[in-house]
Amino acid sequence: MNMTQAIPADEARRGTRRAALLTHPILRRAALDALRKLDPRRLVRNPVIFVTEVVAILVTILSGRAALLGEPWTFQVGIALWLWLTVLFSTFAEAVAEGRGRAQAESLRRTRTDARAKLLVRGDDRALWQPRAATDLRVGDLVLAEAGDLIPSDGEVVEGIASVNEAAVTGESAPVIRESGGDRSAVTGGTLVVSDWLVLRITAAPGATFLDRMIALVEGAGRQKTPNEIALDILLAGMTIIFLIAVATLVGLASWGGRPPSVPVLAALLVTLIPTTIGGLLSAIGIAGMDRLVRFNVLATSGRAVEAAGDVDVLLLDKTGTITLGNRQAAGFIPVPGVTERELAEAAALSSLADETPEGRSILAFARERNGIAAPALPAGARVSPFTAQTRISGLDLPTGAYRKGAVDSLARMLGTEPPPALREAVDRIARAGATPLAVAMDGRLLGAIELKDIVKTGMRARFDALRRMGIRTVMVTGDNRLTAAAIAAEAGVDDFIAEATPEDKLAYIRRAQAEGRLVAMAGDGTNDAPALAQADVGLAMQTGTQAAREAGNMVDLDSDPTKLIEVVEIGKQLLITRGALTTFSIANDVAKYFAILPAIFAASYPELGALNVMRLASPESAILSAVIFNALIIVALVPLALRGVAYVPVGAAALLRRNLLIYGLGGLVAPFVGIKLIDLLLVLLGLA
Amino acid sequence: MTILGWAQIALVMAAVVAAAIPLARAIAAVAAGRVTLLAPLERAIYTAGGIDPARGMGWQGYTLAMLATNLAGFLLLYALLRLQGLLPFNPQGFGGLSPWLAFNTAVSFVTNTNWQAYSGEAAMSYLSQMAGLTVQNFLSAATGMALALALCRAFSGGGLKDLGNFWADFVRLNLYVLLPLAILVGLAFVALGMPQTLAAYVEATTLEGGTQTIPLGPAAFQVAIKHLGTNGGGFFGANSAHPFEGPSALATSLQIWSHQVIPFALVLTFGHIVRDIRQGRALLAVMLAFVIAGTWIVYAAEAGGNPLHLAAGVDPAMGNMEGKEVRFGQALVALFTATTTGASNGAVNAMFDSFTPLGGLVPLFLMQLGEVLPGGVGSGLYGMLVFVLLAVFVAGLMVGRTPEYLGKKVQAREVKLAMLAVLVLPAVILGFTAVSLVLPAAASSIQDAGPHGLTEMLYAYSSAAGNNGSAFGGLAADTPWLDATLGIAMLLGRFAYIVPMMAIAGSLAAKPKLAASTGTFPTHGPLFAGLLAGLILILGGLQFMPALALGPVAEHFVLAAGKIF
Repeated sequence: MNMTQAIPADEARRGTRRAALLTHPILRRAALDALRKLDPRRLVRNPVIFVTEVVAILVTILSGRAALLGEPWTFQVGIALWLWLTVLFSTFAEAVAEGRGRAQAESLRRTRTDARAKLLVRGDDRALWQPRAATDLRVGDLVLAEAGDLIPSDGEVVEGIASVNEAAVTGESAPVIRESGGDRSAVTGGTLVVSDWLVLRITAAPGATFLDRMIALVEGAGRQKTPNEIALDILLAGMTIIFLIAVATLVGLASWGGRPPSVPVLAALLVTLIPTTIGGLLSAIGIAGMDRLVRFNVLATSGRAVEAAGDVDVLLLDKTGTITLGNRQAAGFIPVPGVTERELAEAAALSSLADETPEGRSILAFARERNGIAAPALPAGARVSPFTAQTRISGLDLPTGAYRKGAVDSLARMLGTEPPPALREAVDRIARAGATPLAVAMDGRLLGAIELKDIVKTGMRARFDALRRMGIRTVMVTGDNRLTAAAIAAEAGVDDFIAEATPEDKLAYIRRAQAEGRLVAMAGDGTNDAPALAQADVGLAMQTGTQAAREAGNMVDLDSDPTKLIEVVEIGKQLLITRGALTTFSIANDVAKYFAILPAIFAASYPELGALNVMRLASPESAILSAVIFNALIIVALVPLALRGVAYVPVGAAALLRRNLLIYGLGGLVAPFVGIKLIDLLLVLLGLA
Repeated sequence: MTILGWAQIALVMAAVVAAAIPLARAIAAVAAGRVTLLAPLERAIYTAGGIDPARGMGWQGYTLAMLATNLAGFLLLYALLRLQGLLPFNPQGFGGLSPWLAFNTAVSFVTNTNWQAYSGEAAMSYLSQMAGLTVQNFLSAATGMALALALCRAFSGGGLKDLGNFWADFVRLNLYVLLPLAILVGLAFVALGMPQTLAAYVEATTLEGGTQTIPLGPAAFQVAIKHLGTNGGGFFGANSAHPFEGPSALATSLQIWSHQVIPFALVLTFGHIVRDIRQGRALLAVMLAFVIAGTWIVYAAEAGGNPLHLAAGVDPAMGNMEGKEVRFGQALVALFTATTTGASNGAVNAMFDSFTPLGGLVPLFLMQLGEVLPGGVGSGLYGMLVFVLLAVFVAGLMVGRTPEYLGKKVQAREVKLAMLAVLVLPAVILGFTAVSLVLPAAASSIQDAGPHGLTEMLYAYSSAAGNNGSAFGGLAADTPWLDATLGIAMLLGRFAYIVPMMAIAGSLAAKPKLAASTGTFPTHGPLFAGLLAGLILILGGLQFMPALALGPVAEHFVLAAGKIF
């Protein structure tokens, strides 16, 4: 069976809060928790395992009675033992999943110290404050946070600007700027002011801060079952009832012309048939899915949101910073007739020698890369002509000549010439392609144009292709005009774009897509993104964004990287796939168990049914015991898979289904035949059967 | 098995599929109210009943209207059967049925089961046959089809408020589908030699000088709807094995065609209603595969013969001919057997009690699989769609999305209702069988010892709960216990399944219809068909494997070992 582990590739690259899958302290704690979770009042939430426990209790009592009465009891005790282990393995799986979250919660809790707040007595006077415990702050209080202070609670900056170390929540130690107004006004309780000061309005009640929510989340406290989990639980409970009927009625059926099997044997049959594998791992899968998101530095407000991410059909992505690098870069030199590309490149490079903007740097880099022009250091006698908003021209006067670059019309006007038709044509072509043209002149003569392009991040096209194969449409949102937007959209390979987008446009687009029956995900940070974030089925807000945006979204990315929306979708899908795969595996397992157990339990009435014992198991007792043992051990064997999640491959649904059906459906049919036979051989070898 | 035998099978099945294609389109047109040939008659019926055919009904309204119709049908039929001794068209002067038998029979015909704890020619007056049983054959068939249409409509669009009008569906299906087909097929049966007369039975003197009573009656048209409506209740006790009910190989072939053509057509109608015929074809392929596989096993087992007989020197060329009619041959018996149980019809042209264990296992298992292959008229389609929802739910998760079928999300409510529906069959079949095997009053009805005896009881409840109606034989069925419990099994098998199924229809109808994309779980191609077939086989197998192991499976291996009981 293919149990490929699937850690999203980026997770490793980002190196964020990645704990080892299982460490010793987690395991030790989990073992204890597993015992605590045996309490039937807690187990009743999990119908499959609850039934297993009830049956285990029954068989334990019966084997005790047999031992007291001096009847043969070893076989019964063996079954009882493995039934208990089945229950224990399941509670252990859940405890391990929770334990990994708890370790993170504890490190978070340490940062939520008993901070003291400086409560301003009057809002307009920073000098007048009184100390107040952070836990006593009310929503709306104004507090002062100065360099060296911990920010006492979540708040909105109303005055001041400061650098804040947010490592406590994001794990990123480089300080970030927080200031009043704009999109960087939200601060988080537990983070540290490194320099300057801020006046904050408190926005969260004690115990309801971002950090509190995060702790609760990673601990899995008050974890609600997600809609899919509930549906799956019902299916599993239904199957349990069906098998209860099938096994209970065997008492009557088998008494026709024979003796009904003993209760421990029927118990063994029941427990091997009911879907203990998925039943035992279901909650661990859910907790682990959430945990994967947390370790990926994304916090979801609920498991429901994670599931919704898997269902998304449309991704709304901002162009700048998400799809493109965010600044324009040189991508071509187009000389006028009579000028070589090299001459133009040289002039362009020299005109940019003193240009420190990213565009200027990119011209130098491009000239070096494409034309092999090594830019000299700024010569001593050079006179820099800086860029101004009035002239929109910059350049350099050197002994060899005066070099200028700038907007084509501005430069032509300054030179007092008409741009030659060839240049005009080139400029139009560049603009049509969604890029920005710059003209270059030397000693008053126009040499040609530089093409400055919005550069699409490498690998984006492949990712959008992958998304398309998954059936997800990507939509680029940009403030650019239609022409530019269309060109970049075509280059990046997105399916659609919204040009000259206003927040209302985004909202309208989302509503329209939803009305067509599609689920929409988007990322956003600004306050004006809030309505769209709230309307989207999955709204990923940036940690650096405003409080309004963070409240509106149902996920927050602590790294503030909107590209992660794609991985969030993958994690959502992985969660659902893992559930489906293990359910299929669990049901498929039952076929082999029938072939093991049915001939064994009817051996007394119809020894001829031994023909069904295709695994040639040694004896009826060893057959039954082997099936029960396999049924328990498979839970443990699948814990790592449940915690890591089934590998997600971005291919179409049909291919994905074929692949997973083959691995988990067919694998589920075959695996127990092999496993049960091996256990049976081992039992015989050890003289236990 | 012979080439000629397989050619017969292929010919009949090809005729079924060929006819189902245009019929599907016609039923879709009827469902949409586009067929108005008999508009004045329709209008007269609506006016008389105070019905507004254009008024849509929600799932509760639709279900209640259906239940009321069926209750009325039950009460009328019960009264008729009890009182038949006082009523006309009773040339043989049969008295009224006992309360137990009347209850059992009335339930049986209302639920489209047609389990018969009586023998037609020895108990039923012509009036009971014509005005009671035949009428119910039409009504129960139209009921099933109407319910299936309601479920189909739930998939046809987003945010639907109603599932159509039950009365309009009911009237139109009777007028435009069942009646015309029954008249055509009935005429064909008359031409093939089936009696259609109100004359009394004929007293004949045999060659040996003894006297023989030859039963007659208005058989041909009742037999036509018996097959077309997948009812299966024979006019005569021996059902389609009787020389007047199955006079020739051609007649039996036409019967096989008749009890499959509407169930198969409805699956394609579903494709038309959801505007994606490929969806219907995928379901049809699954059904057809099971029918062929079932036929193959019965054919192979029966043509192979009984090992004990062969050992005693019986000619192996004939196969196991006990309980079979020479005029049909092994191939048509095998096809009739697999289709009558696969299609929830329940008529028989041979006696299953005399089959080899594996030959008897197939009809039993086909019923236990939920009567969806292709199942009864309507009930087969809605039963299949419940399985589809479960298959989509389990496997659909594996593509990483909330499972959806035809753009409708399958969520907790649908899963809960589907599981409720699916639970009915194992609970009723296994529960009643287990009790009846240990209850002396019930077990005394069983004729044979050993695993074969268990099969006789298991078969009876499987047939009743699956609303099939065929009998394995060897069971004295007209006892108060069996009349009552089999009646209850039929009621639960029908209505305890319908109510959750209709609740699913209501829930799905209201949901938005999501747009499909390449990320959507594809539900047409062979992959899905294979998945669905696997789910049906594994789910059914897991439920009934222990019981079957003690019945036909044990008998098979015991027989192979040369042991008898």
